[in-house]
Amino acid sequence: MEAINKQTAGDKLHALQKHPGSLILFLLVVLAACVTFAVLIFLIAYILIRGVPYLTPELFSLHYTSDNVSLMPALFNTIEMIFLALILAVPVGIFSAIYLVEYAKKGNKFVGIVRVTAETLSGIPSIVYGLFGMLFFVTKLKWGYSMLAGAFTLAIMILPLIMRTTEEALIAVPDSYREGSFGLGAGKLRTVFQVVLPSAIPGILAGVILGIGRIVGETAALMYTSGTVAKYAGAMESGRTLALHMYVLTSEALHVDQASATAVVLLVIVIGINAFSGFIAKKLAKKTGE
Amino acid sequence: MKQAAWKARIKEVFMQAVFFIAACTSILAVILICVFLFANGLPAIGKIGPMEFLLGTRWKPGNNIFGILPFILGSIYVTAGAILIGVPIGILTSIFMAYYCPKKIYRPLKAATELLAGIPSVVYGFFGMMVLVPLLRQIPHCKGNVMLTACILLGIMILPTIIGTTETALRSVPAMYHEGALALGATKERSVFTVIVPAAKSGVLTGIVLGIGRAIGETMAVIMVAGNQTKMPESLFKGVRTMTANIVIEMGYATDLHREALIATAVVLFVFILIINVSVSLLRRGGNGSN
Repeated sequence: MEAINKQTAGDKLHALQKHPGSLILFLLVVLAACVTFAVLIFLIAYILIRGVPYLTPELFSLHYTSDNVSLMPALFNTIEMIFLALILAVPVGIFSAIYLVEYAKKGNKFVGIVRVTAETLSGIPSIVYGLFGMLFFVTKLKWGYSMLAGAFTLAIMILPLIMRTTEEALIAVPDSYREGSFGLGAGKLRTVFQVVLPSAIPGILAGVILGIGRIVGETAALMYTSGTVAKYAGAMESGRTLALHMYVLTSEALHVDQASATAVVLLVIVIGINAFSGFIAKKLAKKTGE
Repeated sequence: MKQAAWKARIKEVFMQAVFFIAACTSILAVILICVFLFANGLPAIGKIGPMEFLLGTRWKPGNNIFGILPFILGSIYVTAGAILIGVPIGILTSIFMAYYCPKKIYRPLKAATELLAGIPSVVYGFFGMMVLVPLLRQIPHCKGNVMLTACILLGIMILPTIIGTTETALRSVPAMYHEGALALGATKERSVFTVIVPAAKSGVLTGIVLGIGRAIGETMAVIMVAGNQTKMPESLFKGVRTMTANIVIEMGYATDLHREALIATAVVLFVFILIINVSVSLLRRGGNGSN
């Protein structure tokens, strides 16, 4: 059965003809949407077409030389950086969200301060983080340019993200879960870890994945904290991540082709991360829909 | 039995303390960042002289002349340009997403805007360098690495921020506003633009301010396309250097007062960001109050 207020394309066209102002606005809306998505499609297509032909075996050779500019050390360092930064940021982020949601009293001043500082942190540009990391971890704590200094800097950077997503996930857990657990005689701690946290995991995971995305794409915060040495770096050694590798290649201007290939690798990683987080969000939506 | 209860109690208190300490981390981080930036940057401003530093038009580290007005203006101009380009397109796109998008293509388009937010800034910079710069070189007397290029690139980069926030704001306007306007005989466009958008004003503004924050803080992409000359920005078709670019370009080899002056540049940038943050939270609060 057709809805009584159904407007066909013809009706719509007729209405727009009578109202030229509306017609113009309608066209502008459609045009703007076309521009946005055309730019994205063009950008991705350009990077792929430009870069894919240069995805040569040399680029993936195990050892970096200034000739092959292999991205393998950078890829390794990126994974190491993700690992280090997440180990630091995820527990702290989850724990502080637990405090805010499960322990702090509603309307607590302390909670307000934590929220404001977290918001402040999420607005600070990455170059300011980079300078802070350089001043504090690299110079003050005398760690030198090192993966660890970079990881600590990035951990502070993604902390508000993890905190916010975890908070949202915890808030979404129905109170009846907690009451049920208390009713069965479980303590607060046990309730949090065995009842509340497990049901909040998809939301937390989505935040972690977003954090990984930021770590992968970060350059400005790492330049003066983890440095730009192209080798497999230990935690206390300097090493460049993939994004930084690409920046160095581009600014040296000698290896633009390899830089474009690196861009493809970065883009594929980012698309993968996005698809995965979308997948989790979908699962989450299905779960709450039940 | 009693001992077990005690153990459990201690564990509870201990973990609560751990959670509390974790919650303090972000406060500690903000304090540390402020202390270290200001402690390392403010003395330089004192030595150079606040007026000479903030309003000086020449930056010649070799001659101990440190005026960052060109970079402050550079950041402001580039951000303003990005807003002029990004905001109309972003808001119109979010209107499309909220009111016009056919259901079937909504999911892929939404994923596309999220992808736009996830693309690393080096990749944007690379795209700008390889596509936008040669494109703008077609204009006579334009070298390609100019302010306009940076504006366009940043305009693209802030789109996801603006689209995301604005769409959420538009969707939170009660449907009856829209229906009411339609029932009074307004066309769909008239209803959206004169009823919905004004009702979502605070959300839309928040999106714009967040976009300003993203644009003013962007570093790598700007360096790769903006030319980075240290002189005063002259026109859209001349090179420009932003505060962020100044820090990254010279930090690698700067020493002594030069290094401190760069940190002081970051302090100025940080103050800009704090102002932006405060206005975002004020806008958010205003939005909650009126709803």
